[in-house]
Amino acid sequence: MAKRLDLKDVDIYYGSFQAVDGVTLSIPPNSVTAFIGPSGCGKSTVLRALNRMHEVVPGARVEGEVLLDGEDIYAPNVDPVSVRRTIGMVFQRPNPFPTMSIRDNVVAGLKLQGVKNKKVLDEVAERSLRGANLWNEVKDRLNKPGGSLSGGQQQRLCIARAIAVQPEVLLMDEPCSALDPISTLAIEDLIANLKKQYTIVIVTHNMQQAARVSDQTAFFNLRATGEPGRLVEIGDTEKVFSTPTEKATEDYISGRFG
Amino acid sequence: MSTTIDLDEPAVGPTFTPISTGRKIRNGIAAVLVTLAFLVAVVPLVWVLWTVIAEGLSVVLRPGWWTQSLNGLLGRQQGGGAYHAIYGTLMQSLIAAAIATPIGILVAIYLVEYGAKSRLARATTFMVDILTGIPSIVAALFVYAVWIAILGFDRSAFAVSLALVLLMVPVVVRSTEEMLRIVPDDLREAAYALGVPKWKTIVRIVIPTALSGMLTGISLALARIMGETAPMLILVAYAPFINYNVFAGNMASLPLLMTVERANPTEAGSDRIWGAAITLILIITVFQLIAALLSRVTAPKTK
Ligand SMILES: Nc1ncnc2c1ncn2[C@@H]1O[C@H](COP(=O)(O)OP(=O)(O)O)[C@@H](O)[C@H]1O
Ligand SMILES: [Mg+2]
Repeated sequence: MAKRLDLKDVDIYYGSFQAVDGVTLSIPPNSVTAFIGPSGCGKSTVLRALNRMHEVVPGARVEGEVLLDGEDIYAPNVDPVSVRRTIGMVFQRPNPFPTMSIRDNVVAGLKLQGVKNKKVLDEVAERSLRGANLWNEVKDRLNKPGGSLSGGQQQRLCIARAIAVQPEVLLMDEPCSALDPISTLAIEDLIANLKKQYTIVIVTHNMQQAARVSDQTAFFNLRATGEPGRLVEIGDTEKVFSTPTEKATEDYISGRFG
Repeated sequence: MSTTIDLDEPAVGPTFTPISTGRKIRNGIAAVLVTLAFLVAVVPLVWVLWTVIAEGLSVVLRPGWWTQSLNGLLGRQQGGGAYHAIYGTLMQSLIAAAIATPIGILVAIYLVEYGAKSRLARATTFMVDILTGIPSIVAALFVYAVWIAILGFDRSAFAVSLALVLLMVPVVVRSTEEMLRIVPDDLREAAYALGVPKWKTIVRIVIPTALSGMLTGISLALARIMGETAPMLILVAYAPFINYNVFAGNMASLPLLMTVERANPTEAGSDRIWGAAITLILIITVFQLIAALLSRVTAPKTK
């Protein structure tokens, strides 16, 4: 199910402002790739370009190629809706749909795509909630509103909702930054499991988290304020954290930044 | 050993001071003013309600008030009812609501979800602002000029509805716009990330989330047009009998009934006015209650 992603010389613009310059990197299937770097260096921007989510911002555009198993997601005849169906996303703040129950939140994607069969939906709900390590906590209150869960549970509900549509790739933009340490650990455990089925890209501000969950780490940085962000270095997480090739990476990781 | 005791005393005064007299006085004056303002606002309101109930309650409890018209009754004759006017008020305002609500909602959706900062959207917002302030008599005269004078239709209840539409649309647009804007973008993005197209996101995620507030706005707009009088005076004439046809003939409505009966100096006349007043207030209250109930049912829940 999981597929690989390749970025070739990707530039990203917001109107006339260039936010990201010349990013080239490969993300192998069934791996976890962490994006780290200081705020404003374009991590979210790159991440959102991977499922064409940046297109909701008027004037935002991408140059270069983003290939999913060799297929360009920006090819002229590709429907962005189908790209997002294949490449799912989990956001910084948990955002369950407030009008829907826990179960309906999980199957929202399928329901809105027209699946009506109750049995199928129930099965998917259970499978996805189990996949998100949430089933045991919510199985007795599936009809309660999604907003009744704790922050950490809501975030796992959002992960369940994202995997319910069976994407190939899962993008996560600082999924733990609004959560307490215990919920964070629960999500990190979950990421290790999800890797078996999905290709995962995660943006994180937490160095330990990057070290704990990811196979490879990409460090982004700005040359100077006002300049576009760029990829400084990418490699096996162990190597990036122990013997980075760039001085900037070492400074950032060891906290001697800026 | 008094010197040692002196050394134990604090070098500065106490940290906390009593409330100063000046502040007590200012506080007292402010409290009196606030209370007075409250009374000025509430007393007339309660007074109006009390008068209407005292004068009108016995009238609406009479047999026939809710089921009969005033057909064939002389001005000084007691009896009959306001059924013809209730029908007119409900028909005219509900037809207006049925036209204005979808238009208003669609305009608001365009403004919030599609227009962004486009020139057309800004022009529309500007027009809606102007329309919100339009006096009802102007809306009525406009409909008279276009619908009756130029297009050649007769005066009718439907013409009244058209004028009410003009008054209702901007209110619906405004309130719906507010409600759609407070739906967090997070929810839209969450839906897009699931591979849900934009229109489906709006219909199935954004509108249900905003629905509760939208209903409140629509019901307030409806209450506003139910009490209008100018369009009825200009666009349809009063009829003391029941006319079910909104497209032709004269038709009563509660505000119109009150206006017409003011020319009736007898006790029957003033009874009808108070009865119609309390009936109108009741109808509007019932609609508000229904809206409040629907709004509660559709509100996003956290429990
Ligand atoms: N919607 C937007 N419109 C215009 N500029 C944006 C937008 N989002 C981000 N940017 C700019 O792009 C740059 C990268 O931002 P972002 O990708 O959010 O950084 P990060 O996620 O690494 O903190 C920043 O300079 C930011 O100001
Ligand atoms: Mg970010």
